[in-house]
Amino acid sequence: MALNTQAVGKTFTPTVYAVGREKIREYAHAVGETNPLHLDLGAARAAGYADLVAPPMFAVVYGGPALMPALFDPEVQMDFARMVHGGQEFQWGSLVIAGDEITTTLTAKEIYERDGRGYYIFESTSVNQGGEQVLRGTWTHIVRGV
Amino acid sequence: MAENGATTTDWQVGTQIPELHVTPDKYLTVRYAGASGDFNPIHIDEEFAKAVGLPGKILHGLWSMAQVARAHTEAAGGPAHLKRLSVQFRGMGVPEQEVVVTGTVAEVDGTRVVVDTVAEQAGQQIVRNAQAELQL
Repeated sequence: MALNTQAVGKTFTPTVYAVGREKIREYAHAVGETNPLHLDLGAARAAGYADLVAPPMFAVVYGGPALMPALFDPEVQMDFARMVHGGQEFQWGSLVIAGDEITTTLTAKEIYERDGRGYYIFESTSVNQGGEQVLRGTWTHIVRGV
Repeated sequence: MAENGATTTDWQVGTQIPELHVTPDKYLTVRYAGASGDFNPIHIDEEFAKAVGLPGKILHGLWSMAQVARAHTEAAGGPAHLKRLSVQFRGMGVPEQEVVVTGTVAEVDGTRVVVDTVAEQAGQQIVRNAQAELQL
């Protein structure tokens, strides 16, 4: 079966994520962060931040939802049962602080077949409420046996 | 580990960053599922995981990537220093076994440093071909 590549170039509906202080704490605990900037409001404020600072990999919490409409898109036609998360790249801009509202826009950058595997590469850009870029993400999903 | 504090790492090509050792407990994947929103049952349901041919519940790749990120933010002195991280996920991480993150400085250009890094479990790479870019 030839891989369906008609979705290449398609931009999906942006998602908006409101960053909560307790969500940052919950995430920081789950990944074992000990830096007080992520856990202690007093320490974050003393360091000059308005509220708790999100760990860099909190990107998956505010940026991840933007991927969902793409994975379920009828033009993408991805076979979930045989999908694995093959790779990930993040480039960070401004730090994300509790209270921020982050808008993420995702585009299907490449879809191609190699050695019987389908490669689906999505790119995302996330900006905060002030229009500053906080993240660029490249999400690589691989479907076996296409 | 102060935000702008000096780091103990000597940032020269070939230098190893301090290793990060962490052992995810039996329920870690449940807490990470809640924290991240990724409730794929292969990570939280032992019976489901076995039914689809896995050895049991497996770690979320993005949790493992977060350990790689943490090794670098701790080495560099805080979250603002990590500018880029790219990884490939291979193999499967499992709970209740130590994860070790190692990294070697590959490039130094002024205050910009590139580190080649991997995460291993029982000698098997679970995050490989990873590269972190730090702004010191």
